[in-house]
Amino acid sequence: MSLKISNLSVSYAQHQVLNELSVEGLESGSFTGLLGPNAAGKSTLFKAVAGLIKSNAGELHLNGVNLAKLSRTARAGNVAYLSQQFHTNLALSVFESVLLALKQRSKWRVKQQDLFKVSEILSTLGIGDLADKDICELSGGQKQLVAMARILVVDPKVVLLDEPTSALDLHHQLAILDVVRKLTISKGLITIAALHDVNLAAKYCDRLILLNDGKIQVSGPASEVLAMPVLGESYKVLTSLEQTRQGQLYVDAQLLAKSA
Amino acid sequence: MSTISKVSDIASQTLNTSSTELEKNWQIVQRFQQRTSKKLWLLSIILLLVISSVLLDISIGPGNFSLTTVLQVLLDKAAHGIKLEVIIWDYRMPIAITAVIVGAMLGAAGALMQTLLNNPLAEPFTLGVSSAASFGAAVAIVTGAGLMPNVGSLLVTLNAFIFALATCGLLLILMQMKGMGTQSIILFGIAIFFAFNALLAMMEYGASETQLQRIVFWMLGSLGRASWLQIAWGAALLVVAIPFCMTRTWRLTALRLGEESAMSMGVDVKRLRIEILICISLLAATAVAFVGTIGFVGLVGPHIARLLVGEDQRYFIPLSALLGALMLSVTSIVSKTITPGIIYPIGIITALIGVPVFLAIIIRHSKERGL
Repeated sequence: MSLKISNLSVSYAQHQVLNELSVEGLESGSFTGLLGPNAAGKSTLFKAVAGLIKSNAGELHLNGVNLAKLSRTARAGNVAYLSQQFHTNLALSVFESVLLALKQRSKWRVKQQDLFKVSEILSTLGIGDLADKDICELSGGQKQLVAMARILVVDPKVVLLDEPTSALDLHHQLAILDVVRKLTISKGLITIAALHDVNLAAKYCDRLILLNDGKIQVSGPASEVLAMPVLGESYKVLTSLEQTRQGQLYVDAQLLAKSA
Repeated sequence: MSTISKVSDIASQTLNTSSTELEKNWQIVQRFQQRTSKKLWLLSIILLLVISSVLLDISIGPGNFSLTTVLQVLLDKAAHGIKLEVIIWDYRMPIAITAVIVGAMLGAAGALMQTLLNNPLAEPFTLGVSSAASFGAAVAIVTGAGLMPNVGSLLVTLNAFIFALATCGLLLILMQMKGMGTQSIILFGIAIFFAFNALLAMMEYGASETQLQRIVFWMLGSLGRASWLQIAWGAALLVVAIPFCMTRTWRLTALRLGEESAMSMGVDVKRLRIEILICISLLAATAVAFVGTIGFVGLVGPHIARLLVGEDQRYFIPLSALLGALMLSVTSIVSKTITPGIIYPIGIITALIGVPVFLAIIIRHSKERGL
C-alpha cells in the first residue's frame, strides 16, 4: 500500500498555496512528520489529499487508484483527516460521536456489529471507560483520543493528522504520538502528521518533510532533515544540530538577530 | 495520570482481543443500548403526554365535557347528538390538532435551524421569518393585495406564507455565497427581522382602526383560524418533511462536530444545507402562516430536547418536534382556562409560560455544569 502525490497545485483566489508538489514513498506502516512554518500549506495539503478542497492540478494515487475517481464516501473511508478545528463543547457521548463516523458509510439502522466495532476501537485507544461521557466533559487529551477513535473506526488506509498535539501538555503530546506510532505499525497505516515541534517529530517519525511556500524544501530521515540549513531558513530562526548523551539528535533554535 | 497513560501499553498489544477485552467491549455496548432504550422510552412518554394533552384540550372549554364523552364522540360522531358533534368535530378538534401540528413544525424547524447554523438562538422568530410573515399578512389586511389572486379568505394566510418562504429563500441564497459563515447568516436574519418590523410599522401607520386591530390580532398568534384544510396541509408536510430529515440525521450529527469534520467523514455539507433549509423553510413558513407569530416554541422545544437526549439528531429532532407540540397544546389549554369564557391569543401565553420555564432550565443547567 502506498500513497503518491504528483504535481499537486492548489490556489485560493489569486494566491498559490501549493505549487506542483510531489511526494513518493509514503508506504504502509510509515509515520511521516510534516514540518513547516504557519501558512506553509500543511493544512491545505491535507485537505486536498482528503478531498475537502479541489486541487487546480496534479494527481493523488493510493495503491495506483486515482483518489479523484472515488466517491465522496469511498474517499473518506480510505483517507481519514483529523482537522485542527472540531467542536468539542457538545452534549454528544463519546460512543455516539465515534458511531456516527461509522454510520456515514452504511445504512441508517445501527447493527450489533457497528456497536462492537466502536467499543473495540475505544478499548484499543484505552478510552472504553469514557464511552458514556459527553465530549464536553472531557479533558483536552481525552478529546483528542476520541477524535482519533472517530477517524480510525472506519479502518482508513491513510491517516492525516493536522497538529494533533498543539493544545496538549508534554505528557499528552508524548502519549498521543506514541499511540499514533504504534497503531501506524500494527494497523499498517500511512500516517502523516503536521507537527510544530521538530524535535518531537524527529523522535517519533520515520521520515520528515519540510514544507514552505507551498513547496517541499527537503524530505528524508530525521537526521538528514534536521541537519539542513533550509530548516532554520524556513522558520526564520538559527538552528544548530546537537546530540544528547544517548546519541539522540535534536535541534537547538534561536531567533535571528534584528539586523539579520 | 489519566487514561491516556494506559494507551501506549494497550495499543502495543496485538489487536486480537482476549476474552476479558471482549467482555469489557460487551459491557460498553450494553451500556450504550441501555441509554438508547431510555431515550426511546422518553420519546414514547412525551408522545403519550401530547395525546393526553390533545384530549384534555378538546374536553376543556365553555361547557366542560368529560374525557369519556370526548372519546365516545371521537369514536362515534353521533354518540351524544348533533350539538356535541359540531362543538367537538368542527370547533375544538381543529384547534387542538392545529396546536399540535404547528407546535411540532416550530419545534422541528427550530431544532434544524440550530443544528444547521450551529447556534442555539436560531429559530424562525429570531431569523426574521416570523416578521416577514407578519408583514405579508399586514399587506394583505391593509391593501387587500395578495401575491396570489382569487384565493378569497386564504389571502392573509397565503401572503404570510409567501413572504416567510421568500425570506427563507434569501437565507438559502446567502448560504450559497462564497465565504459566508453561519454567523453572517444569523446577523443577516436579525437584519431581516428589523427591516420587516420597520416596514410593518409603516404599514400599521397607514392602516385604519379596524385594519390595525386585525393586524395586531394576527400578530398575537391565534389558533382560532384553524380549519381541517389547514390540518390536512400541515399534516401532509410533517409526514414528508420529518422522515426526510430523519434519513439525514447521521449527517446532521456529524455537522455538529464542525463543517470540516463532517466533510472529512464524507458528508456533502453544501447539499445537506440546501436540503434541510428547504425543509425548514416550508415548516416555518407554514406554521407562521397558520397561527401568526409564535416565538419561543422553536427556541425552548429544542433547548429542552438537547438537555434530555443530547445532540444525537436521531432523537433530538423528533423530541424537539414532540416538545414543541406539547408546549403549544398545553398553551392552548391554559389560554382557555385563565379566564373562563375568554380564549387568550396563544402567542401571549407561550411567552408567559415559556420565559420562566426557560429561565429556570438555564439557571438549573448552569448550576449543574458549574458554569
